[in-house]
Amino acid sequence: MTALLEVKNMTHYFGGLRAVNDFNLAINPGQIYGLIGPNGAGKTTVFNLITGVYTPTEGSVTLEGNNIKGVETHRIASMGLGRTFQNLALWRHMNVIDHIRMAHYSQLSYGLLGAFFGTPTMRKQEKEVYDNSYRLLEIFDVNQFATQNIGNLPYGAQRRVEMARAMATKPKILFLDEPTAGMTPDELVRMIEIIKQVHRDFGVAIFMIEHRMKFVMELCESIQTLVFGEVIAEGPPEEIQNNPEVIEAYLGKEDLH
Amino acid sequence: MNFIKNFFRKFSVVPLAGWLLGVFAAVLIEFYLGEDVISYYLYLPKVPVLFGALVMLKEPILIPSVLAYDLLVYVIPILLVARLTAPLTNGLAAFLENMPLWLATLLHLIAFYGVLHLWAGINDYRVLVVKLTMIAVILTVSLNIINGYQGEFSCSHPGFMALGAYASSVLTLKLFANDKVFGAALLPPEYGPYLFPLILIAGGLVAALGSLVVAIPSFRTRGDYLAIISLAFLFIVKSAIENMELVGGPRGLSSQPNFASMPVVFIWMSLCIWVIHNFTTSVMGKALNTVRDNEGAASSMTVNTRKTKMTAFMFGAFWAGVAGGLFAHVLRYVNPSTFGIQKLAEILAMVYFGGLNSIYGSIVGAVSINVLGEALRPLELWKWIIIPLILILVMIYRPHGLISFTEINVEKLLRARNRDNDTGGE
Repeated sequence: MTALLEVKNMTHYFGGLRAVNDFNLAINPGQIYGLIGPNGAGKTTVFNLITGVYTPTEGSVTLEGNNIKGVETHRIASMGLGRTFQNLALWRHMNVIDHIRMAHYSQLSYGLLGAFFGTPTMRKQEKEVYDNSYRLLEIFDVNQFATQNIGNLPYGAQRRVEMARAMATKPKILFLDEPTAGMTPDELVRMIEIIKQVHRDFGVAIFMIEHRMKFVMELCESIQTLVFGEVIAEGPPEEIQNNPEVIEAYLGKEDLH
Repeated sequence: MNFIKNFFRKFSVVPLAGWLLGVFAAVLIEFYLGEDVISYYLYLPKVPVLFGALVMLKEPILIPSVLAYDLLVYVIPILLVARLTAPLTNGLAAFLENMPLWLATLLHLIAFYGVLHLWAGINDYRVLVVKLTMIAVILTVSLNIINGYQGEFSCSHPGFMALGAYASSVLTLKLFANDKVFGAALLPPEYGPYLFPLILIAGGLVAALGSLVVAIPSFRTRGDYLAIISLAFLFIVKSAIENMELVGGPRGLSSQPNFASMPVVFIWMSLCIWVIHNFTTSVMGKALNTVRDNEGAASSMTVNTRKTKMTAFMFGAFWAGVAGGLFAHVLRYVNPSTFGIQKLAEILAMVYFGGLNSIYGSIVGAVSINVLGEALRPLELWKWIIIPLILILVMIYRPHGLISFTEINVEKLLRARNRDNDTGGE
């Protein structure tokens, strides 16, 4: 079986600074994969390199065998790579349902003229998008906020809207950048349930950056540890947790146990 | 306060159709009695043009007469007719609710235009003010696409307008007028009104092409830098036209055929509002908001941000070009100095006063600033102190403008109002 997402020998420099060195990754369909590492290790940079925000200096990135290195972000996203952001990237003047509607952008085919003149095709497609958006809101249990401005929602609900938005792009693989950052323990438990549900119902592969070991242990099949742009350990969570190098990298920064 | 509240509650049952009927009654009174009877007995020299604002400012002694006139002709008939016919008009509105929305909207628009036509027809000056106000609505709504929905600060709108005005003027002068510069008419002038829409569209397309000069830098720059680039574009257009003898240089072009009659301008304004409303409520149009609020998130959610930015500029510029074409054919004279920094200030004031990200707000902004500008004309210098002061106050208390982030809800606007009050009583 070929990997869904394959990254080979990816290296990236910011000017003279080597941010990521020789990064390799292969995620199979339906797999949940974790990326951990101390602050400043380059985890989000890895995300941004794969999702096309930056273009890697060296190496190759393929999604289902298609090259996505150097391809524009929105194209990569419509090829089936959805993501959420570390510090919620929501649109502050927009209501909740419009967030989900927007993520259907590449699935619409009515074109600009359709949008200008409100053609029957446009109305039909917009209706489908609306219905699908509402369904997603229900799945993530935020439908009661549908017409509210995003800023009025509690933090946990905003996170769920962001997840729903990412799922609306119909991803084959979902990138989650610290999905539990700033969450209360209750919200955390709920997030685990939601990610499990997404994984089960949508059959999507997941690649996540996460700090909380409890979360990672419960969800991930395999973990990579990134320190100063280099992967120092890779394997199942139990193994990583007891890896002396990993413990050393984290010492004094985070309590791993 | 309670009295006022009760007073307003009495009128909450009046649907839009009722208000239209009320205004119609007022206009009829003015049409038949305004000049000979009411103005005469109130010692007014003639029918006050803009609700008497001009007369009041010129001759303060006539203030009581003007107020009495406004009360007799406008306030009392409108309120009375609107309220008394409410049961009737609510029935009508309920009947229209069962019809397709476009038909109900069209009927309301026709009724509105009829009333407007009658009101403006009393005086030539009113016709001009109404036409210019409708053009200002097109300009404001279209600039709102770029500055409101897309969140850039574009200063090039008068430039786009100039491109449209000149392109369409050259076309009409060449095709339908015996002009000194452009030679004899190529087509019989009877075709003019039929080809005029195409000419306006051509003007709009020229403006849209010109907007690429600003749109392409917008891929990389935002905020202040783009504002400066767009301002530079405005000056480039202006001085380019000033130096082109072919189009009259600084003297400008004149004697365009009189194609922009009131119904024509009204139809274009309605079309503009309709198209922009369709666009901004669609996913394609909401993409502008996503680029404004968080571009990174937008592209990660499959939004093609480059295309979106291009669309915003070209689409906004297109309508500015159309507005410019109408403007040239309303005044039947254009010169480059019209499209300078003052025009820019006017349009920006209308957009930011009315409200960002809202067509409704733009209409309110354009109409109020325009009518205010005309009404305060006798104050001369003071006008330019009072209007900015109002603007500052709005900015302090409502930073996004009077009515921001609100979409037009036609259904809600047109529907019958009596239901809620059936049980409440009065």
